[in-house]
Amino acid sequence: MRDAPIITHGLNHFFGTGDTRKQALFDIALEVDRGSLTVLMGPSGSGKTTLLTLIGGLRAVKDGDVRILGQQLMRADEATLVALRRRLGFIFQAHNLHESLTATQNVLMGLQVHGAGDARKQRAAAHHLLDLLGLADRCDYLPGNLSGGQKQRVAVARALVSNPEIVLADEPTAALDKASGHRVVKMLKGLGDARGTTTVMVTHDPRILEMADRIITLEDGRITADRRQVS
Amino acid sequence: MSQLLTLVFGRLPIGWLQLTHNRGRFIAAVAGVAFANLLVFMQLGIMGALNSSTVAPYAMLNADIILSSEDGNTLTDGGHIPRVRMFQALGVAGVADATPLYIGNLPFTLDDGSSVSLLSFGMDVAQPSFASPGIAASLSRLTLENTALLDEGTRGMPASVIAKLTDGGRYSFETGGTTLTAIGTMDVGGGFLADGMVIMSDQTFLRLFPNRTSGAPNHILIRTADGVSPDAVVARLQAALPKGNIRIQTMAGSAANDLAYMATERPTGIIFGFGVFMGILVGLVIVYQVLSTDVADHLREYATFKAMGYGQPFFLGIVFEEAMVLAVFGFIPGVFVSMVLYAGLVSVTGLPVVMDAGRAILVFFGTLAACSLSGAIATRRLANADPADLF
Repeated sequence: MRDAPIITHGLNHFFGTGDTRKQALFDIALEVDRGSLTVLMGPSGSGKTTLLTLIGGLRAVKDGDVRILGQQLMRADEATLVALRRRLGFIFQAHNLHESLTATQNVLMGLQVHGAGDARKQRAAAHHLLDLLGLADRCDYLPGNLSGGQKQRVAVARALVSNPEIVLADEPTAALDKASGHRVVKMLKGLGDARGTTTVMVTHDPRILEMADRIITLEDGRITADRRQVS
Repeated sequence: MSQLLTLVFGRLPIGWLQLTHNRGRFIAAVAGVAFANLLVFMQLGIMGALNSSTVAPYAMLNADIILSSEDGNTLTDGGHIPRVRMFQALGVAGVADATPLYIGNLPFTLDDGSSVSLLSFGMDVAQPSFASPGIAASLSRLTLENTALLDEGTRGMPASVIAKLTDGGRYSFETGGTTLTAIGTMDVGGGFLADGMVIMSDQTFLRLFPNRTSGAPNHILIRTADGVSPDAVVARLQAALPKGNIRIQTMAGSAANDLAYMATERPTGIIFGFGVFMGILVGLVIVYQVLSTDVADHLREYATFKAMGYGQPFFLGIVFEEAMVLAVFGFIPGVFVSMVLYAGLVSVTGLPVVMDAGRAILVFFGTLAACSLSGAIATRRLANADPADLF
């Protein structure tokens, strides 16, 4: 499993210093298979989000090895982290769409991070993805004119439009109805099968747990269960 | 506009879209920048008028070198110089000709009882070549006792009087019991020291100013011989004439020194210069406030972009894009409103308040620079956009 896109070994993480220092992760060792859909579970404060942000290069690794897509993140400089993040897709619990950009323009932001490119092709790719997510008739809408579920689907499209090698998602279906949530997870599964896109997701949605390849449970910063399942 | 900016930047014009998303705030921001522009334009306009009116009398004269009293401040604000210096100067190599120039300020009473203050110039009408070509042609007519050429731009002078004079008529007005008759016009314009100007023979001048004597003019004008550098003659004059109470300058140098004196030593110049500074400061604060608020309002979106892999140059680009949009959109109404106010000022005061291309370009680039500076300060807030906080 040397080519696993996500490898952590002896990963510890803590916040604060001195008397206020609090350790959030303890000796996390993890290898995530390419193309798999992995779910992180655990109670609030168990370290799921911290782990997700470390894998995504959004926080500096303080202790231990974190190798993402072959890139060691320990002591990695900002330029390396920025370059890595361009190969990832992030889906946040809050959609965080840019309010002054239309749905299409928000999705285009996911493409333009890689350069200007062919504007017509980029627009077509954005429209195609919005269409797949049931938003063909909402392409030119501003976020203020979309429902919560529609905004979240635009955020999903923004994360996926650049064909990321890893998708990191935090409760991506929380704002979606059953059909939309199923469509999003099915799309992520499909990307894993077709392109080898690896997804790590924090969720408590039982509908997703059924479709996951692996379920990792964290408690108090430690992995307490790691279950692989055949979907 | 969005498409144009997309072509310019090679990316979505997020700064533009962000600014125009909230139209009310955008209009307020543009109005703020326009107001700052207006402040700067008005101060520069008045300062420019001060400068123009300071050097305007030089346009009436045709000389290479000017001898003045050491205690004089400007052409129109100075002491007296012994006329004997003129004769001494005529003996210096390179000096072709010289003439005394008398200057004084007098209140004149018009037909309707109103009063105007006229800066009066007395010249030797037998030497018309020391006057500018437009005035020289009429100078010989001033040999008639108590006649003068009146400035067309005199503040408070009825237009009918000027029209009458340009049509070849005459107009008489009084000062201290003496009647002066204008028999023609010249075009100089009013200033800060007087409502207008009037030029007359030295003999008429001395009649109007009984306390003045022909032996103590305000300045001595010198013309150098053909092909001789005025700077070289200035050096010779400095060597030849007695030291201590005389200032010898080229006409261009004298005008430049007058400007410097007005800008740095007179309260008016300092006040208007401070006004320009305040206008720039107001603009800086307004744009900084708009941009920093905008950055603060979009921190989560910026953090999202950071998570997606956008680097610091991208965010700086957005803030500077906004700064440029505000600068351009604020400048346009600023310059037009200023032009309207300039026209109003000219009609009310007669001061030469002119919107020239140089000033407009200067203010435009100054606005760009000020907005960029504000943008640069506002970008410090971007550091608060931490993508790790998004999860």
